[in-house]
Amino acid sequence: MNGLRAGREPGPVATLERRVPEPARPARAVPAHELRGLKVVWRRELIRFFEDRPRILSSLLQPLMFLFVLGTGLSRLVSRGTGGLSLRTFLFPGVLAMSTMFTAIFSAGSIVWDREFGFLREMLVAPVRRGTVVVGKCLGGATVATFQGLVVLCLTGLVDVPYRPTLLLTLAGELLLLSFTLTAFGVMLAARMRNIQTFFALTQMFLMPMFFLSGALYPLSDLPTWLTVLTRVDPLTYVVDPMRRAVFGALEVPAGVREVLSGGVTWGGWTVPVGVELLLVAGFGLLFLLVATAEFARPE
Amino acid sequence: MLRERDRVRRLIGLVFQDTTLDGYLTAWQNLRFHAELYGMPRADFEARARRLLEMVDLWDRRGSRVRTFSGGMMRRLEIARGLLHAPYVLFLDEPTIGLDPQTRASIWAHIRQLRAEEDVTVFFTTHYMDEAEECDRIAIIDHGRIVALDTPAALKASVGRDRVQIRTEDDARAIATLRERFGVEAGVHDGAVTFSVPEGERFVPRLFAELGVPIRSVSVARPTLDDVFLAYTGRTIRDAEAENPMRRMVAMWRRSHR
Repeated sequence: MNGLRAGREPGPVATLERRVPEPARPARAVPAHELRGLKVVWRRELIRFFEDRPRILSSLLQPLMFLFVLGTGLSRLVSRGTGGLSLRTFLFPGVLAMSTMFTAIFSAGSIVWDREFGFLREMLVAPVRRGTVVVGKCLGGATVATFQGLVVLCLTGLVDVPYRPTLLLTLAGELLLLSFTLTAFGVMLAARMRNIQTFFALTQMFLMPMFFLSGALYPLSDLPTWLTVLTRVDPLTYVVDPMRRAVFGALEVPAGVREVLSGGVTWGGWTVPVGVELLLVAGFGLLFLLVATAEFARPE
Repeated sequence: MLRERDRVRRLIGLVFQDTTLDGYLTAWQNLRFHAELYGMPRADFEARARRLLEMVDLWDRRGSRVRTFSGGMMRRLEIARGLLHAPYVLFLDEPTIGLDPQTRASIWAHIRQLRAEEDVTVFFTTHYMDEAEECDRIAIIDHGRIVALDTPAALKASVGRDRVQIRTEDDARAIATLRERFGVEAGVHDGAVTFSVPEGERFVPRLFAELGVPIRSVSVARPTLDDVFLAYTGRTIRDAEAENPMRRMVAMWRRSHR
């Protein structure tokens, strides 16, 4: 080896001033460039969702089947148990929750997809914090999942629930919260996953029990003890219940029927207020988000 | 360094060996995504993205989804994207691996042009020695360690000798004779007896007269980077690639100073 070549010295830096990024400004809570990064990650989710029309349609189909096929068919069996209320009306909040569930998880799953196809790397080597990417992803997933829920929400009239602005707004807000928590849950699972099949197998394992235990399909009162316990530890329970309470709040039903069908979630005799339920769901969402961010902060 | 991580990342451009584009977005959307993540001034984006896309001949395809692109087009788009935020240094990891010769040539034409116009230092790894020929400095890496670092010319001079390959009726005897009579160490590479001598053209006539083993063909070559690589790592590139991906060349191509 002939030793290192004495290279040409770099040119005058002055002529290249345009390229030097401004030195770190005094720390603000969230620097502007992080917000831009967050926004573009969020926007990408929206672009990809709205260009994928088959996906929008297919994730609409399932709630409609539950609501109109299952709801109508089963109503012949259970008409006495609902005190004259249509089973479809009873199922509506649960189906609403369901309509966002799958879209939220699917959005989160795209992180695994991004890893498989390399795009995740483009995001992870960018000069933004990984937390920014994770939050952008969760907000993006939450937005498209909420949109999916809003489409189902338009069917309110078909299940004999009045179109009342306060009800619709309440439900929309609760859908947003649910979507965010579920996307964060999905992103947390997706964080270390390298293969999309594994991800979907794993989420199915969580998602179906969560859905069936949430009280989306049956009232939560007077269940056997084991089932009562299981429904109370399911985070989804605490978002389906407020949605059902909101719907029943807009209905004219006898107090007895309301007590049986939408009696609220009880913890050993104490009925959990809606506010606490929603805080619980938000708490879960933040916890999932923190775990997901920590997972992504670890080197690949 | 760690605290300045984001500043450093803004000063360098990275193009990985595997594609890191979003196939469901268009070429333009991929660039915009990058610009936003890198905090590029919005006012600069359109003009700069256009210029880079034109330079890599993808301007007409800016609205197409990237998954409809060929491997060469994706690679060009990635190189343009790597340069979008005007880095000082562009890192390319095997920029032409898996591409056909025409595409390779066109990628290099684009890199050459971009390097000149963007005034950027290009660092790249490659297994194709001819690609390193134009560089300012080359490092040869073996088992993750740099075993040689110099200009292409100096590296060739350090190997210093002409490479002679002969095909004979009896390779083993030829090698033995070369060692005993000429004091030359030879080995078999690519199915031919290969050795190095200072002046190949003068050596060959002696070989015919004195080797005593029938010779079927002879070739004499000036040292190439292949020979340099061979000399420093002891194997041909092809063997190295199959056995040990840690062994390769890293080449640096400095900014041109206008």
